[in-house]
Amino acid sequence: MTHWYMLTVVGADRPGIVAALAAALYRGGCNLGEASMVRLGGNFTVMLMVESPGSADAVQRLVQTAADGFALRVHVDPIEARLHAHTEPNVQVAVHGADRAGIVAEVTQALADAGFHILDLNSDVGGTRERPIYVMLLEGHVAGGAAVLEPALAPLRSTGIEVRVSPIDTLVG
Amino acid sequence: MAVLPVLVYPDPRLRRVSAPVTTFDAGLRRLVADLEDTRLASPGAVGIAAPQVGELKRIVIVDVSGRAGIAHHGHLVLVNPEILAREGEARGREGCLSVPDYVGKVARAARIRLRARDVHGGSREFDAEGYEARALQHELDHLDGLLFLDRIISPRRDLHRREPEPGPVGKNSK
Repeated sequence: MTHWYMLTVVGADRPGIVAALAAALYRGGCNLGEASMVRLGGNFTVMLMVESPGSADAVQRLVQTAADGFALRVHVDPIEARLHAHTEPNVQVAVHGADRAGIVAEVTQALADAGFHILDLNSDVGGTRERPIYVMLLEGHVAGGAAVLEPALAPLRSTGIEVRVSPIDTLVG
Repeated sequence: MAVLPVLVYPDPRLRRVSAPVTTFDAGLRRLVADLEDTRLASPGAVGIAAPQVGELKRIVIVDVSGRAGIAHHGHLVLVNPEILAREGEARGREGCLSVPDYVGKVARAARIRLRARDVHGGSREFDAEGYEARALQHELDHLDGLLFLDRIISPRRDLHRREPEPGPVGKNSK
């Protein structure tokens, strides 16, 4: 009997973090599932599905030495999870504008009100230190598709946020 | 006519290069009919290639006519198809009957020129663009043992990467 855990890891980015964590988990008899690992503001962040016959504490102990070596903060949570449970997005929303507080809150509230289910979000701050720009790319699912979101997002454009909604049509062949 | 079992990655037959068709007979037409039955039995499939059912022959079917508002040539059965020229680049999400439960973003030529034979051996050349061109490139890849997995680009890199300058029409190296 195995259990799924979500391993989250955060720390100053250095080469070798993934290899050290993966080796420790592999040696400890774990199997890895879906993962998102990305560098954010100079930190390396990991969200990793880990399947193990042991407890959350046991998984934590497996990675602790590697984590200590890289000064990483590690957290292990038991999760209800299964593979092969993807939901296909049908709409992409691209957002950009001069960076300011509130863009994510305003856009995602309008999307939530319209019934949009966010499946993937990544965002970045670009531009220059003096004139930063905010760029956010979302993929999700909404019944009725892109046309449903247009009227929901239109009011945001008057606040200086550029929003582009496009259908995602997945080709299957 | 029959719905054939679809090979699933990592079946090694999906990595083999298919052979040109040399005989345009009733056997070829039977295989095409079975391929079409198999495609139609697979929800949402806009194309299929013969190697996906273990027939290592250069045959594909593409039909994107169910998509609203796009340019297309209707139901295409292409034997020994070749891409003569490619132009532009477009990115889109692809999945595959032979790669269940996974989709990814793939860069393809935006426009292509093709030459192919029909089931009777007659030759034709035509241009395809957009979604139809993507479907054709996806299926033709199968004939060379390639899957969309070989061409995945990451969404994050996609966000930052600049669009390439429009280039001249390229010639296929084959």
